[in-house]
Amino acid sequence: MFNFLKPKRSAANAKERLQLVLIHDRTDLTPAELDALKDDLLDVISRHVDIEPDAVRIGLERDGRSQRLVADIPIRSMARRRGG
Amino acid sequence: MGAQVITITSGKGGVGKTTAVANLAVALAADGARVVCIDGDIGLRNLDVVMGLENRIVYDVVDAIEGRCRLRQAMIRDKRLPELYLIPAAQTRDKSAVTPSDMIRLCNELRTEVDWVLIDSPAGIERGFKNSIAAADRVLVLTNPEVSAVRDADRVIGILEAEEKGTPSLIINRLNPVMVKQHDMLSAEDVLDLLAIKLIGIVPEDEGVIVGTNRGNPVALEPKSRAGQAFRNIAKRMKGEDVPFMNLEAGTGLWARLTGRK
Ligand SMILES: Nc1ncnc2c1ncn2[C@@H]1O[C@H](COP(=O)(O)OP(=O)(O)OP(=O)(O)O)[C@@H](O)[C@H]1O
Ligand SMILES: [Mg+2]
Repeated sequence: MFNFLKPKRSAANAKERLQLVLIHDRTDLTPAELDALKDDLLDVISRHVDIEPDAVRIGLERDGRSQRLVADIPIRSMARRRGG
Repeated sequence: MGAQVITITSGKGGVGKTTAVANLAVALAADGARVVCIDGDIGLRNLDVVMGLENRIVYDVVDAIEGRCRLRQAMIRDKRLPELYLIPAAQTRDKSAVTPSDMIRLCNELRTEVDWVLIDSPAGIERGFKNSIAAADRVLVLTNPEVSAVRDADRVIGILEAEEKGTPSLIINRLNPVMVKQHDMLSAEDVLDLLAIKLIGIVPEDEGVIVGTNRGNPVALEPKSRAGQAFRNIAKRMKGEDVPFMNLEAGTGLWARLTGRK
C-alpha cells in the first residue's frame, strides 16, 4: 500500500481523550481531586477493615449521561489475617 | 395548534448553526409549512446573508421588542418561498438589549401565526445563548466530529438538562466519510456514544454548502445536494417522520479517494 494512504487512526485517540475529559467535566472533579478522594476513601475504610491496597480499584464510570463512582475494594479474609 | 419553537445551539463557534437554521427553514417551508427564523446572534448578524435576504432588512428583532415597529414589519419575507420569514438580529453592541422574557413574549406572539419558529443561537453559554433557549420547546445541539466541538456540546447538553429544558437532540455536521473510513475522524457512533443523546441527523462535509452560502441559496433547495438531502431528512424527522439515515459511506472507496469523486 502507498505510504501516504497509511491510516494514522487518530480517531481512537480522540475518543479515549474525550471519554476522560467528559467524565471530569461532568463531575467537576479534576484527576488530582479524584486521587485525593480515593485516598480519603481508603483511609476511612481501612480504619474498619483490613484491605488489600494493591487490588483496590476505584474509578468513575459513564452510564449514558450520568456518571457513577465505582469502587472494588477487596477485604483480607479473617483466616489470612489470623494466620499472618 | 401553535408553532413549535426550535433552537439550534452548539457551545463552540463556527460549527454550522446558522447554516443548519437556514437549511432546515427552507426545507420545512418548501414542504408548505409556515416558518419564521430568528437570528439570535445580536451584534453578529449572519442568518440574513446565509439566506440571501440581506438587502431586504428594514427592522430587526430589537426594533420589534422595543416597539419601534410591529412584529410583522420585522419579518422579512423570503424571495423564494412564500411562507418563510426571517427576523434579523440587531447589529447593536448592547447585548443586554434582549432578555429571555422578551424572547418568550416574541415567540408566543409568533406561535399563533406560523407552524415553526427556528432560533439561531450564538456560540457560547452567555446571555445570547440563554435568550435563544428561553422560548424553545425543543433544542437541537449541533456539533462536528472533532474533540473541542464534542466537548463543548457536552457542556451545553449538561446546562440544558440542569435548566430543565429536556434532553436535546443531536445534529452531527461536517462528517467526512473518507476520514471516518480511514479511522482519522470520530464516527457518528463514537460521537453518539460520548454524548449519549438522541440523534436527529448527520450532515456530511460538502463544498456545496460554501457555494450555496456564497450565493445566498441554502443547499436544501438543491435536489441533488448530499448535505441538502441530509437537512431535508432532519426537517422530516422534526415533523415526526421516520426517515432512515443516509449511507454516507457510499463512494468512499479507494477510487473516490484518489480522484476526489464522491
Ligand atoms: N456541512 C458542511 N460542509 C461544508 N461546510 C460547512 C458545512 N456546514 C457549515 N459549513 C461552513 O462552516 C462555516 C461556519 O458555518 P456557520 O456560520 O453556519 O457556523 P455557526 O455555528 O453559525 O458559527 P457562529 O458560531 O460563528 O455563529 C461556514 O463557512 C459554512 O459554510
Ligand atoms: Mg452563526
